[in-house]
Amino acid sequence: MVRAEPPVTSRPTARQLRLVRRGGQGPGRLVMRYLVVAYVGVLVLVPVLLVGWHTFEHGLSPVWHALTDPDVEHAFEITGIASAISVVLNLVFGVGVSLLLVRSRFFGRRLLSLLIDLPLSVSPVVAGLALILVYGSNGWFGTTLEGWGFQVIYALPGIVLATMFVSLPLVVREVVPVLEEVGIEQEQAATTLGATGRQTFLRITLPSIKWAVAYGVVLALARALGEFGAVKVVTAGGVAGSTQTVTSLVEQRYGNFDQLTAYAASFVLAAIAVLCLVVITIIRPKERR
Amino acid sequence: MVVVTPTAPAVGSRRRHDRESGGLRRGSAVGLGLSLIWLSLIVLIPLAAVAVKSSDNGWSGFWTTLSSPEVAAALRLTIGEALVVTVVNVVMGTLIAWVLVRDDFPGKTIFELVIDVPFALPTIVAGLVLLSMYGPQSPVGLHLANTRVGIFVALLFVTVPFVVRSVEPVLIELDRDAEEAAASLGAGRLTVFRRIVLPNLLPAIAAGAALSFARAVSEYGSLVLLSGNLPFKTQVASVKILSLIESDNPGGAAAVATVLLVVAIVTLIAIDLLQRWAARRA
Amino acid sequence: MGISVRNINRNFGDFAALTNVSLDIQSGNLTALLGPSGGGKSTLLRIIAGLDHPDSGVVEIDGRDVTWLRPQQRNIGFVFQHYAAFKHLNVYRNVAFGLEIRKRPKAEIKARVHELLELVHLEQFADRLPSQLSGGQRQRMALARALAVEPKVLLLDEPFGALDTKVRRELREWLRRLHDEVHVTTVFVTHDQEEALEVSDEIVVVNEGRVEQVGTPDQLYDQPVNEFVMGFLGPVTTLGGSLIRPHDIDVHDAPVDGAVEARITKLLRVGFEVRVDAEVGAESVAVQLTRGQADGLGIVDGKTIWLRPSAGASSGGPGLTTASKATPNDDL
Repeated sequence: MVRAEPPVTSRPTARQLRLVRRGGQGPGRLVMRYLVVAYVGVLVLVPVLLVGWHTFEHGLSPVWHALTDPDVEHAFEITGIASAISVVLNLVFGVGVSLLLVRSRFFGRRLLSLLIDLPLSVSPVVAGLALILVYGSNGWFGTTLEGWGFQVIYALPGIVLATMFVSLPLVVREVVPVLEEVGIEQEQAATTLGATGRQTFLRITLPSIKWAVAYGVVLALARALGEFGAVKVVTAGGVAGSTQTVTSLVEQRYGNFDQLTAYAASFVLAAIAVLCLVVITIIRPKERR
Repeated sequence: MVVVTPTAPAVGSRRRHDRESGGLRRGSAVGLGLSLIWLSLIVLIPLAAVAVKSSDNGWSGFWTTLSSPEVAAALRLTIGEALVVTVVNVVMGTLIAWVLVRDDFPGKTIFELVIDVPFALPTIVAGLVLLSMYGPQSPVGLHLANTRVGIFVALLFVTVPFVVRSVEPVLIELDRDAEEAAASLGAGRLTVFRRIVLPNLLPAIAAGAALSFARAVSEYGSLVLLSGNLPFKTQVASVKILSLIESDNPGGAAAVATVLLVVAIVTLIAIDLLQRWAARRA
Repeated sequence: MGISVRNINRNFGDFAALTNVSLDIQSGNLTALLGPSGGGKSTLLRIIAGLDHPDSGVVEIDGRDVTWLRPQQRNIGFVFQHYAAFKHLNVYRNVAFGLEIRKRPKAEIKARVHELLELVHLEQFADRLPSQLSGGQRQRMALARALAVEPKVLLLDEPFGALDTKVRRELREWLRRLHDEVHVTTVFVTHDQEEALEVSDEIVVVNEGRVEQVGTPDQLYDQPVNEFVMGFLGPVTTLGGSLIRPHDIDVHDAPVDGAVEARITKLLRVGFEVRVDAEVGAESVAVQLTRGQADGLGIVDGKTIWLRPSAGASSGGPGLTTASKATPNDDL
């Protein structure tokens, strides 16, 4: 007599369902997964963790001691001030240009968009050189500016310019696609309801791009804080305690065999960068909504 | 995505609203003027100055600098390494994007974050990171300081995200129906990938490759500690430019800088064309 | 508050969207701008609204020349096909927007918004965001929003185009009832002739940038001035060289005076309609009957029948045949 076995029904887990829908679970999938994780892990994660380990190798207090060195503190101050100024200025410029690019038509719109993208692929050293040639003592504008007593190169304004250069496109690149997607109809509707251009901008346009703007600002801030090459050229490495940014400080201290300070400052910069990434990861879904 | 892929606005789109956003109203014209002044002061005029300065000694001076043995070597090294790194990135970047989109595993979010780290990390910190891993005190016994392999690894580090972040959104949007149809007609997984998926990814891969190349060519901060600046051996173009500046040869520095600038512009144009081409096919 | 447009021309590059369009829309009417896609009706509506400007010509609202006035200054209400809801504001704030812009006192705004939300049956959704509403609800909100500022003219651009058929029908009726209550001069654009016929007091047929005909739904359906209007507003077929409506053909099962012989080639029952294709010589004629008529006559495939135009059938205007193409009425 054959005994009928009750059918075995194990319900698939949610993850298994998702994977099946995405394309099956074969051995190839696992191989790819491990290959990719190993690649990124070895190339990126391990070295970064290593730096963290190096930093705190001898405990917390030497690190704290290094970070409270007046020159180091001043470097953070300079970096912070310059970055803040450049981010705010690029924010205003970024939103304004985005509106122009998306809502108006004029000859050379594509060219303008391309030119705005330039800083993304230009070498930071080239950027620094470019700024020196124009704003340095013998530069195109530099001579006039110094005549007015305004020094740009080897001073804070130069650092601000350098960080503005490299982070110029970032807000624009985030806001433009969102503006395009939101479309012009909401703004037209506001117009038909009686809103002036200014009212439409403040009440309708800005709120619709706020997450994209935030995203762009965080990106610009991370970039400004971490800029090295352009700033180094513009300040010739900087004078400690006066015009030296944190990034220049790291290089200088390492070269002077003060590895501890170099690692400590680097750790702080890296931590800020990761923090920015985390913020961006949180903002991303809201931007996509 | 963290890596910002330059996207030109849909200028060519014939959406009806283009007609109504109307030419340039007075307010917009003022805004345009201000924006142009801003852009010029910060970016355009300085870059133009580089091009002008490189012609300080005329064409002959320009070519002399570029063909001087050290500079030529630096340029060859820079472009050569950038090309190799780009090829590796194309393969690995596509693979990584595939796993990110089509696979799921615990810790994937952290994995995604790690991929973006090289983009957000200050370049000098990246240099320190690489030095601690591959320098004289390397825990794994890999001593790559002052070697070309070291440069290769450093560039690989900083360009990890570009192809990935370029391909990922396209992969997400991809319509699975075509793949399923191909499978129902008997195509194996690899064939489906090669004939159905890959052609759709090519523009994105190319754009990511272009960005990766541009970044590799212009990289400075992460190389300055690791590469050691040995002329003819490990000196890259950006390092050479700096040393020319420091030895009070701005004309020479400008000449080399102009070459890099041309590479940057060509890259951007290539990306723009690729994206227009891809948009037309969509 | 009547609307008047005179000699409006609008070109986009070398595409002529509107050519010499002149039109009078009566105050208080519910008027439809009907026509095929790309025919220029939306462009015309937007020019009336101030969202676009004509290359030449004049727009007057209530006797006032508004051709170059911005939308804010025309006192119009506009409803978009895709709602144009303010996504970051809830329903209440959306509807209140126009009043807040005008800095009305809070109490007044509150009263008016609630009055309107009741009118459109959205009171219980006041706190919701547009993304939490269905398409039909969003469009009702958009209507309430447009009406909040008491516009002189209400303009709707394919307002139901993005909605499901059933919702579209419901909202269509609802718009008619709303108009009966509120009596604002309303102009809406549609390419759906059923919608225009069902809802409007007057229809303007726009095709290829020109006005083909203006009239009441009955006038347009029964007395079309040309082939295009006849074909656009309802089904047409040809019998004996003239255009005629399939339901205006009498079917007989024996020869009668003035009838032509035909053989049934196809028979289709759709709901209560019976659609018949019959061959007359080399021509194919479409005939429409009710089920009762079809059963009474014993209609089957292959049967021979006799066809004759009904008394009082509309036949595309005096003397209109398929051979002659009537010229569109330029002086309308």
